[in-house]
Amino acid sequence: MMQGNEACVEGAIAAGVRFFAGYPISPATEIAELMAEKLPRVGGAFIQMEDEIASMAAVIGASIGGVKSLTATSGPGFTLKQENLGYAAMVEIPCVIVNVQRGGPSTGMPTLPAQMDVMQSRWGTHGDHPVVVLCPSTVYECYVLTIKAVNIAEMLRVPVIVLSDAIVGHIREKVVLPDPGEIEIVERKKPLVPPEGYLPYRADEDGVPPFITYGKGYRYHITSNNYDEGGFPATNDHKVAHALINRLHAKIEKRRSEIIVTEEYMLDDAEVVIFAYGCTARSAYSAVETAREQGIRAGIIKALTLWPFPREVFRKLGGRVRTVIVPEMNMGQLVVEVEAALKDNPARVVPLNRVDGKMITPGQILDLVKEVI
Amino acid sequence: MAVHVDRYLRLHKMPHIWCPGCGNGIVLGALVRAVAELGCSRDEVVVITGIGCSARTNAIIDFNTFQTTHGRALSFATGFKLARPEMKVVVVTGDGDGLAIGGNHLIHSARRNIDITTILINNSIYGMTGGQHSPLTPAGSYATTAPYGTLEPVFDACRLVEGAGATYVARGTAYHVVLLQRLIARAISHKGFAFVEAVSQCPVGFGRRNKMRTPSEMMRWQKDHAVTVKAAAGMSREQLRGKILIGEFVNRNLPELTEVYGRLIREAQSRPGGE
Repeated sequence: MMQGNEACVEGAIAAGVRFFAGYPISPATEIAELMAEKLPRVGGAFIQMEDEIASMAAVIGASIGGVKSLTATSGPGFTLKQENLGYAAMVEIPCVIVNVQRGGPSTGMPTLPAQMDVMQSRWGTHGDHPVVVLCPSTVYECYVLTIKAVNIAEMLRVPVIVLSDAIVGHIREKVVLPDPGEIEIVERKKPLVPPEGYLPYRADEDGVPPFITYGKGYRYHITSNNYDEGGFPATNDHKVAHALINRLHAKIEKRRSEIIVTEEYMLDDAEVVIFAYGCTARSAYSAVETAREQGIRAGIIKALTLWPFPREVFRKLGGRVRTVIVPEMNMGQLVVEVEAALKDNPARVVPLNRVDGKMITPGQILDLVKEVI
Repeated sequence: MAVHVDRYLRLHKMPHIWCPGCGNGIVLGALVRAVAELGCSRDEVVVITGIGCSARTNAIIDFNTFQTTHGRALSFATGFKLARPEMKVVVVTGDGDGLAIGGNHLIHSARRNIDITTILINNSIYGMTGGQHSPLTPAGSYATTAPYGTLEPVFDACRLVEGAGATYVARGTAYHVVLLQRLIARAISHKGFAFVEAVSQCPVGFGRRNKMRTPSEMMRWQKDHAVTVKAAAGMSREQLRGKILIGEFVNRNLPELTEVYGRLIREAQSRPGGE
């Protein structure tokens, strides 16, 4: 038996995370508490910083120091982290942020679940920045997606967000974790050139520049101003800016197939499809099982990657599907993306929204399925 | 000791962007000479900055360098130092970067007594953005955001960090550069949180609005107003009014955070369940 937040901690440590900086916030605090206990045992360091801004900064500082790093927070703290999350995206420092969502806006409902940070996770910081967002709906997925988040962060030099929620973070489930030997661990790409030939931001063909920490003979500069391949400010250079911003996005787009994870259930003959993610996916599964028992052809697309948005999966639907239901514990954030992905498909997109801090129930979804069929 | 400063500079990144008469270059020179005096290798020193004129110090020095977000350099440095306790970490900040937006990080870094040397260049103004008042703009001075003169009092950054727990605290000026270099060298060799305020001049952003049009007038002000800690001991309160104290205020040895944490790791790993 394991709690979702605990599974994030176990996944992070299995993936090689050895630094955590955080700040107390419900419903994510268990992650900090467990990290404080476990990290020193594996030779890592934990620090509780003076605020959320500082904890994000410390995580990036430790990652520049060559250590895989992670932090955890919830809505209001996530907002404060956005400043330095943008820094990590711009200067390409691997790091992972677990956001255990709670009801907002503002301090909202600190202990109740929501899915209101879907857009904040993608667009929360200023500037046109790249980011990857993974979304668990079970305790087991908290474990494997945290590992995947660390791997993607190290592979692509990007901040990766694990967008959990108060239900997934706090639920206890029986899980069978994979053997440590079965887990794929990714390390950041080291330069193959000697220090004098090293340009810290000269990318390989995959758009990712090799990265080496300080103190190994490679002295270089990092700046969050628009920078050239040498890592120095080029604040008014239009050509450099164009190439940089495009590369930062392209390195993620090129690896979509490795980043995007979706799950399909009963899609083959489905007339109604529920597109769900996070805690809401749990109710969707229950609703579809009941619907099938009653002879209703319903199926599920579950997204474990929210950003980049898995638009490819909708191509599989063909013309058979009449309606796609998008249940979300927000006022309708990903439904817009679903509509865009289905723009050439006659299927109708129907949102189902709940913002009162209560989970969308299987019954609610089933009722809507029956209504639209 | 004569030092070939060029060895420590990224000369291909010159010219720098500072205005004529700016004191930042003098502080940078003192930092580089202090590092040379201590015999540190360029590879073992990390210089971290935030935003503002002070932040432009590290792009042109040939150490391991990174510039971060406004006011947050100490928080980045805290993470870096915990990850790499063997490295010598120096943060260069300013009176706006370090005391306004970064004030909270400064007091908590001092409280933790983490082995980071902080050099705060105090030019009494936000220079990069063109002369807005900072927490260290003297009351009554003019700034672009204080066209009628500033109404707010300043605080004493050295006393602030001393109160917060810093174990090395000193102040120098751009004029007293030999002293400044010595204080920075001591700060870097000190084990714990070390803070050096370097009083400097901004003739463009501050001086010309406050009846000190030339850099030399501003440096003369430093010369005339600075009193060493030793000399101050024999002066009355009245005599010290309007003066700035220079020299070493605090030099004490207390447990340092990364050392204490290193012990915790060793103990945790030796217990059952540790790796």
